[in-house]
Amino acid sequence: MSAVLLLGASSDMATAIARKFAQDKYDIILAGRNVQQLSEFKTDLEIRYKIRAEVVKFDALDFASHESFYKNLPFHPGITICIFGYLGDQQKAAADWSETENIIQSNFTGAVSILNIISEDYKLKRSGVIAGISSVAGERGRQSNYIYGSAKAGFTAYLSGLRNSLHKYGVHVITILPGFVYTKMTADLKLPPMLTATPEQIASAVKKAVQKKQNVIYVKWMWRWIMFTIKSIPESFFKKLKL
Amino acid sequence: MQMKKKIANWGNYPVMETNEVEFRSINELKQFVSSSTSAIARGNGRCYGDASLSDVTISTLKFDKILFFDKANGIFECQSGVTLDQILDVIVPEGWFLPVTPGTKFVTIGGVVASDVHGKNHHVDGAFSRHVIELSLMLSNGEIVICNKNKRADLFEATCGGMGLTGIIVSVEFQLKKIETSYINEKKIKVDDLEELLELFEANKHYTYSVAWIDCLKKGKGFGRSVLMLGEHAKLNELNDAQKAKGALALPKKKSINFPINLPSFVLNNFTVKLFNFLFYHKNFKKEKHSIIPYEPFFYPLDAILHWNRGYGKKGFVQYQFVIPFENKEGLITILKKISDKGWGSFLAVLKTFGEQTDLISFPIAGYTLALDFPVRNGLFNFLDELDEIVLQYGGRIYLSKDARMKANTFWKGYSNSKKFTSVIEKYNPQTKFQSVQSSRLSITAQ
Repeated sequence: MSAVLLLGASSDMATAIARKFAQDKYDIILAGRNVQQLSEFKTDLEIRYKIRAEVVKFDALDFASHESFYKNLPFHPGITICIFGYLGDQQKAAADWSETENIIQSNFTGAVSILNIISEDYKLKRSGVIAGISSVAGERGRQSNYIYGSAKAGFTAYLSGLRNSLHKYGVHVITILPGFVYTKMTADLKLPPMLTATPEQIASAVKKAVQKKQNVIYVKWMWRWIMFTIKSIPESFFKKLKL
Repeated sequence: MQMKKKIANWGNYPVMETNEVEFRSINELKQFVSSSTSAIARGNGRCYGDASLSDVTISTLKFDKILFFDKANGIFECQSGVTLDQILDVIVPEGWFLPVTPGTKFVTIGGVVASDVHGKNHHVDGAFSRHVIELSLMLSNGEIVICNKNKRADLFEATCGGMGLTGIIVSVEFQLKKIETSYINEKKIKVDDLEELLELFEANKHYTYSVAWIDCLKKGKGFGRSVLMLGEHAKLNELNDAQKAKGALALPKKKSINFPINLPSFVLNNFTVKLFNFLFYHKNFKKEKHSIIPYEPFFYPLDAILHWNRGYGKKGFVQYQFVIPFENKEGLITILKKISDKGWGSFLAVLKTFGEQTDLISFPIAGYTLALDFPVRNGLFNFLDELDEIVLQYGGRIYLSKDARMKANTFWKGYSNSKKFTSVIEKYNPQTKFQSVQSSRLSITAQ
């Protein structure tokens, strides 16, 4: 059975995804900054699912380290899932470059840096699956979160191009567009239940997408139509909306 | 990161708006503990009343990692938010079982300790605390301490059954029980009345597991008619070929139906009436029936109906559970008569016996314990106050994990060590930072 590399493994979404794959006996590499917390999770995965799990320190913003990070993984992951991201604060970001930079690098540059390295390797091996957690916020910029949205838009476009470029090498790329998610990032927001996915629902959707080689998935079906509608609004009218 | 949220525990009474916070690491928990003035830990919300409600509820559900499992010796350690359901999935295939389990597996290990739960084997194995090797908890000053029967014994005693008032339980290490199979060798006995039932409990006390379902509505002749269920973990040679073929330690198939919405209370009552009548009048079931069954229907019959609590409707219900010492069994009879005369309770009540337990604040004492549900209605609490009086008169007490309404006095009189309990709370939780709606109602912590 293949192994899964989780980039940004501390989040609730990552926890749920790791458990979902471990249940099916995939080995797991947990990559993230909080090594101590992840090592507890490694033990948990090994006891619950009797698989091999490893923890590797990974900092998405430390681009220089990405090459050696990937080279020194304890075993080769046939599946890479890029989960890390940072919602940030739109108002703060508009006035504070460091917040903007953090949002862009966490959601776009950092992901591109590590996935470039991994995709080159998968291309050589002529096999592999890359899944990226992007966002519906990247489908059209809105005043409430366009810094985050534009970074995710970049990431979505990157994944789309990568999918196109790697197809002929037998490497599959998946774009996951969760709508709202119940996570640490959103714990203080009131979210509509119909449009909000639990980390477990996302995990199931990711596993299904990997196994069925889906391309672009919206976790909650309604989002496909909501975003279709939002994208269809003429710009002359859209710009006047409070979204 | 706080969110105002309306929550209620399993009885759907009372409902309260609180700030619920979650933690995933000790550091995160420390931040919440140091920034709150009144908070209580909450697991899966399976206590019935207000024991885990407070201005701030600290959910343990995301603190859910299994930390250690020694398969050779059956020693298990996990963080407080892991549920028994998850633990069973891991331990049963390796030939181990929970040393003590309550009637639902959807409780967290933190809740298990805070309630010091008992099971059908209390008369043999005691409550859960007897099997705890060591606990670690966060005190109100943010410090993590370890305690057990020898180390900080006062803290350990006040934490087991202490309803979360000493600190936040962060992890629990405990001893598992060896099993040969995942099946139960069950004996069911049809019992004609209460007198016979109590005799049968005595005659069968060597059985590891025993519990009875009583028809609470039956008056006069046949008062207390019931079905007594006895059980042992099945031995390998007791399984039939089909069971062996599936694997002696196979996990039961997860089957469940869901109560999607709140329903009027007669729905659940009708269901339990049917269940009981099925057992009682079943043609192939003369007086005794033996069978080898998976552990789930034996230990967790109601878990198969997710959200069965909704069957009691929107107003919710309280579960009334008391214990009365063996020597005062006329107290049990008096109360059961009052309940059947009133006709307000659920059709079914659960009766079982407790063995000796002399812990600081845990519910069990040697005697009979009865539990049944009462849908919330006008006049109910007055009626339950009357029952409380009888319980106290006969030297009994009420289970805190089920309670949503008893008067402070009932607690202080019923729990003989309550003074000592509060002095330990004062020592470890001096500003009564950890407090619940229940602990204020019962004047355990200041109001």
